[in-house]
Amino acid sequence: MKIRLLPRISRWHPIATTLILAGTLAAIARFTYGLGATTNLSDEFPWGLWIGFDFLGIGLAASGFTIVAAVHLFHAKEYEPIVRPAILTAFIGYMLVVLVLILDLGRPDHFWHPLVMWNPHSVMCEISWCLMLYTSVLSLEFAPIVLERFNILWPIKWIHTISLPLMIFGVLLSTLHQSSFGSLYLIVPNRLHALWYTPLLPVLFFISCLASGISMILLESLIFSRGGRDLLPTRLRANLAKVIAVILALYFVVRVENLLARGALAEMTTLTYFSLAFYAEMLIGFVIPFGLLVVERVRNSRRGLYAATLLVVVGFALNRMNTAITGLETYPAQTYFPSLIEIFIMLGITALGFSAFSFIVKHLPIFEPVAVTPRVRQEAVTARPEPVFLTRHGGDLESS
Amino acid sequence: MLIDLTLCVGCNVCQGACKEENQLPPREEKYLSLTAFTALSKYNDLYIRRMCQHCDVPTCVSVCPVAALSKAEAGPVAYDGEKCIGCRYCLQACPYHVPKYEWSSTKPRIQKCKFCAPRLAKGLPPACAEACPTGATIFGGREELLLEAAHRVSAEPTKYVPRIYGKDDVGGTSMLYLSPVPFEQLGFDSRLGKIPMPMLTMSALSKVPNVLSVGGVMLGGIWWITNRRSEVAAFEASEKKGETPRHEDKP
Repeated sequence: MKIRLLPRISRWHPIATTLILAGTLAAIARFTYGLGATTNLSDEFPWGLWIGFDFLGIGLAASGFTIVAAVHLFHAKEYEPIVRPAILTAFIGYMLVVLVLILDLGRPDHFWHPLVMWNPHSVMCEISWCLMLYTSVLSLEFAPIVLERFNILWPIKWIHTISLPLMIFGVLLSTLHQSSFGSLYLIVPNRLHALWYTPLLPVLFFISCLASGISMILLESLIFSRGGRDLLPTRLRANLAKVIAVILALYFVVRVENLLARGALAEMTTLTYFSLAFYAEMLIGFVIPFGLLVVERVRNSRRGLYAATLLVVVGFALNRMNTAITGLETYPAQTYFPSLIEIFIMLGITALGFSAFSFIVKHLPIFEPVAVTPRVRQEAVTARPEPVFLTRHGGDLESS
Repeated sequence: MLIDLTLCVGCNVCQGACKEENQLPPREEKYLSLTAFTALSKYNDLYIRRMCQHCDVPTCVSVCPVAALSKAEAGPVAYDGEKCIGCRYCLQACPYHVPKYEWSSTKPRIQKCKFCAPRLAKGLPPACAEACPTGATIFGGREELLLEAAHRVSAEPTKYVPRIYGKDDVGGTSMLYLSPVPFEQLGFDSRLGKIPMPMLTMSALSKVPNVLSVGGVMLGGIWWITNRRSEVAAFEASEKKGETPRHEDKP
């Protein structure tokens, strides 16, 4: 029985709470008994589900730099309404990944060592620096939204004055570490299966994160404008969809051309566990969504776009998991399947991310359709004419 | 060290001496483990000794984010457990699958052959080389061992395959092997090649400074151009607005 005026009891809350609690217990077990007793990792398979999750989290958080670059560096101001959701997604994504990384480390108490003990030859060292710096950049980009809510305006002004170099730095850092996750595997040509190993791994990782990041933000804008007003007009959504299609096509061409050039045709044409995994990721994540997105009717339809971007995200997840797990199962002909504790920790952290997202969305102005009429700029918030950093005043230029 | 497989009789004295030197449980082991830094594996009637190869350009040293692994001038690849953060990239990257991890510990470290670094410092040969009763493992300077190996191969070309494994494999290793059969038959990975593995990553890492400088200038430039363009557009719009009657200007 539903009573109209009372808040609805959602199914999501008990599920999320259960997952977070189970994840917490699993994490306690992991710290008490060590990695050996609680995970299925081994000397032959030292990286597993959690590393795959890191790739996934960082890739889906790529919207944080693509949208910021498009709106604030390339001045595509009409996309301003999705800047905040993009930054929030990135911020939460990076926080989760940092959490998983710390759980994954054998010595979590030494997590700060890369700060003081450098090795410039290590991709891992570069990634830890990029992650740390970019998380700081994201915190600064996200801070104004929180500060605005509590009406503390002076730090916003301060952040605003450094916003341009900050954003450029953020985009560069993202470019570097998004591709570096692929570079991690450059050193294992003898372990990673030929369908995934290529010297172009960093390039492919970068191209695919662009598509997945934009898809993720489109997906969010579709979910959160249900019933309410649209975050982006249909025309702009269709434009973003077109961009995704172009990126997918680019990825497909580079990947397949490279596979052929490296002589992996035999691997592609024989039916194995690996070729099946390869076709699954290519069809779900690249070919089918590309086929959908080139059709104008799909780009303009809410449901079509929803399906296509969801496919991109799922295919992207498959691609990263295949690179991190499936592709490495060739050596030493050993299979890996994550333990329950590994899975529970991952689910718990995912649930934590979704809960944090919905909590923040409820209490801070994240999803707000842009005002139809241009508002007068608050001089206290924005001292400089351009760019209007994280403030919600579309059509600024016409009003000045 | 030079390991001549034709002289090895599989007595396993090397493993015993290694275990004694490193104070490990003395039971015999067939594979490398936390308690066996060297092990003999048998291929038909040949024994091949597995251990850390102490590469000249070590993959593990290059991947370690905190430089917990280091290559000493005298040869040993040393490990500092106090620096290690436990990312296990060395386990993933080592082309010979040498490092073993203390999975059951809550403060895990890696374990592997230390090339008896303390003994070398005292001018002694490694425990395994000293113990070897047949001379299958001998210790010496890399150059002189290479000469010795080349001499052995040319003296008895029918006995050996014409290859000194480790001379330039993955950029050269401190462990050199001579064998009567092709090395691929002994479980050596034939895909490794002669280029040091760290070169594969350096091809990507060396581009980082360029990405930062070129990317920074490019993004700054794009910002400037697009900003200028919208400023001009705004100015032109305001010019136009100036021509239209004032009451239409109000929002």
